Amino acid sequence: MSTVTPVTSTPPLVADKPSAAKTAKKRLSSPWASLAAIVLGVLWTIPTFGLLVSSFRPERAIKTTGWWTFFTNPTVTLDNYRSVFGEDGGVNLAAFFVNSLIICIPSVLIPLALAALAAYAFAWIEFPGKNILFLAVFALQIVPLQVTLIPLLEIFVNVKLTGTFWTLWLSHSAFALPLAIYLLHNFMREIPAGLIEAARIDGAGHVSIFFKVMLPLLTPALAAFGIFQFLWVWNDLLVALVFAGGGDEVAPITLQLANLSGTRGTAWQLLSAGAFVSIIVPVTVFLLLQRYFVRGLLAGSVKG
Amino acid sequence: MFGQPTSPRIRAALAGTLSAGLIFGLAACGDGGDDESGSTDASASAIDCAPYTKFGDIKGKTVTIYTGIVTPEDTPHIESYKPFENCTGATIKYEGDKSFETQILVRARAGNPPDLAIVPQPGLVKQLVSTGKAVAAPQEVSDNVDKFWDKAWKSYTTIDGKFYGAPLGASVKSLVWYSPQEFKDGGYTVPTTLDELKALSDKIAASGKKPWCAGIASGDATGWPVTDWMEDFMLRTAGPEKYDDWVSHKIPFNGPEATAALDAVGGYLKNDAYVNGGLGDVKSIATTTFQDAGLQIIDGNCSLHRQASFYAANFDKSTKVAEDGDVFAFYLPGPDANTKPVLGAGEFVVAFADRPEVKAFQTYLSSDVWANTKAKLSSGWVSANKGLDPNNLTNPIDKLAGTILLDPKATFRFDGSDQMPAAVGSDAFWKQSTAWITGQDTATTLNNIEKAWPK
Repeated sequence: MSTVTPVTSTPPLVADKPSAAKTAKKRLSSPWASLAAIVLGVLWTIPTFGLLVSSFRPERAIKTTGWWTFFTNPTVTLDNYRSVFGEDGGVNLAAFFVNSLIICIPSVLIPLALAALAAYAFAWIEFPGKNILFLAVFALQIVPLQVTLIPLLEIFVNVKLTGTFWTLWLSHSAFALPLAIYLLHNFMREIPAGLIEAARIDGAGHVSIFFKVMLPLLTPALAAFGIFQFLWVWNDLLVALVFAGGGDEVAPITLQLANLSGTRGTAWQLLSAGAFVSIIVPVTVFLLLQRYFVRGLLAGSVKG
Repeated sequence: MFGQPTSPRIRAALAGTLSAGLIFGLAACGDGGDDESGSTDASASAIDCAPYTKFGDIKGKTVTIYTGIVTPEDTPHIESYKPFENCTGATIKYEGDKSFETQILVRARAGNPPDLAIVPQPGLVKQLVSTGKAVAAPQEVSDNVDKFWDKAWKSYTTIDGKFYGAPLGASVKSLVWYSPQEFKDGGYTVPTTLDELKALSDKIAASGKKPWCAGIASGDATGWPVTDWMEDFMLRTAGPEKYDDWVSHKIPFNGPEATAALDAVGGYLKNDAYVNGGLGDVKSIATTTFQDAGLQIIDGNCSLHRQASFYAANFDKSTKVAEDGDVFAFYLPGPDANTKPVLGAGEFVVAFADRPEVKAFQTYLSSDVWANTKAKLSSGWVSANKGLDPNNLTNPIDKLAGTILLDPKATFRFDGSDQMPAAVGSDAFWKQSTAWITGQDTATTLNNIEKAWPK
């Protein structure tokens, strides 16, 4: 047996200590993790799936048996969908889509525009009391909007805005601003100061810096907050209930959805169909923009 | 956004959203046109306009009315206002909202009340009056109510000597739903006394079938159907006077009268031989929604279900609700054939403005003319207005309810839990009733409710 050892020995090749990100990636893509993800996904989807199945079942079947009996006794009807579009003189949800859009679009654009400007000021302009003000805006997120309902309504009554879309636009904007300012501010702080300085040396003032440097970089954050706000406003019932008092002209779709089941809840078989009709728009928006949703949600929060 | 080139995805999303909105919007416009052309002739019956001329020229004025009555019951309401609109040229703006009961208080407190509100509980009328925003009903309305309603109705909304709201619709709660076909096949007859009802239940139970089905689940109002059962039996075992004392807390909630009444209810609802047809044992009552329980009658699993006249709306269109149909109701009998206590509920019109057009419209709503117009238009609606001709009621269950309400022998009493303080009527009473169904004994239940009564 020869026990010759090489004269020069190179240290054995040891793999680099894997970085945290690599470990995470490895663990998350293991078969077990995939299985867990699939199980969670299925569990999370079952209620929605049941709702979808229910929406196609006949009234008596919905009221007396669970949706899973559909598989042993499949009967399909479009009656529920016909009813929510007002074929037998009930509610016609279609009529309220326009109201919901009229409410949603300004309620997204107003806070986005204001918050982007405010966030810029908080991030890159020095002025006295900036930190106190920013802290105040940040703290406003804690105030539950429910406590503002009656005082705000009193103000709207005094300035005679009730029964118009303005009440909804203004209140949704006000409720959205603290979070919007905070998110966009943090996102803007991440932008290297060198970039701003370079622009300043080139002779740019705040206005040009904001429009030419900041906005292009901000797009994902703006898009993310836009979707966030859109989904929240579209699905909102409470704010609409309190401020939209004034009849069908300003009522969003959620109000009609709540009324769909009838005065004493006897027509609740329509709710599943109604729910699916009303989620068409938010689902479309979410699916098309989900890339920004995830990216932008991370913006300004867990960087680094 | 902001003049920056938008990505194709954002553009696609915007396009998708807007086009979905446009499509539905166009669909809505189309439907709107159809509605208008179809609805004008439905209420063409002309009325006598003379009572409204004294309010002056109210042409072009608007009256807003806010209610908890939504689809499909709202259409007959809106239609029934047409004759008034044709007479006076005023416009009635109807707003239905299922959250009415909380929102009306918010709106009254914030100073944004409607002109008129249709309030379903006397207790809520009191709360609205205490906000200081409600205005007393005009003399014309008061006269109409004296003329067309039983005295008891006026007292429900008379607060500190001032009369605030005329009754509008009513519902009869003392009804038992059954299958006429099953009664015919089994040789059963509709009972006319409480003893006969018990005998009938025993007879059906002896045939191997659970006679009663019940359900009390109703979201955060779970338990309310038991309160109706108890009130109905309180009226029958203790009598209307004791019932009034009990509702106004002149006698304690847990006194011997109430104990006897709840035990009588227990004879049905907590009797394993009687319940819960097609649904399970006694405890299944607590988990079955009130809307679904009575449907077991159609499937032949249960024979009797005690629920108000509005329950008719729960049966689907293929079910015939009539004396010779698939399902119908009979009057929950009194202690003997000549005593006819009736438990019911109703709505009241409370005003928050006293402009002439509002007064004129209130007068119209409290008249027999309106009651008859409404009766012709709607199904599932009845009023205790004595000027109402029961022949104008279109469907059989309304006719039955109308006949019960207008029967001179009937003693009407308003739903007690609707008049009690909210801490009892819409809280402790419901919760303790649910606990009672799931096993708590009668004494503990009544003691707990008594403790919850505000001092």
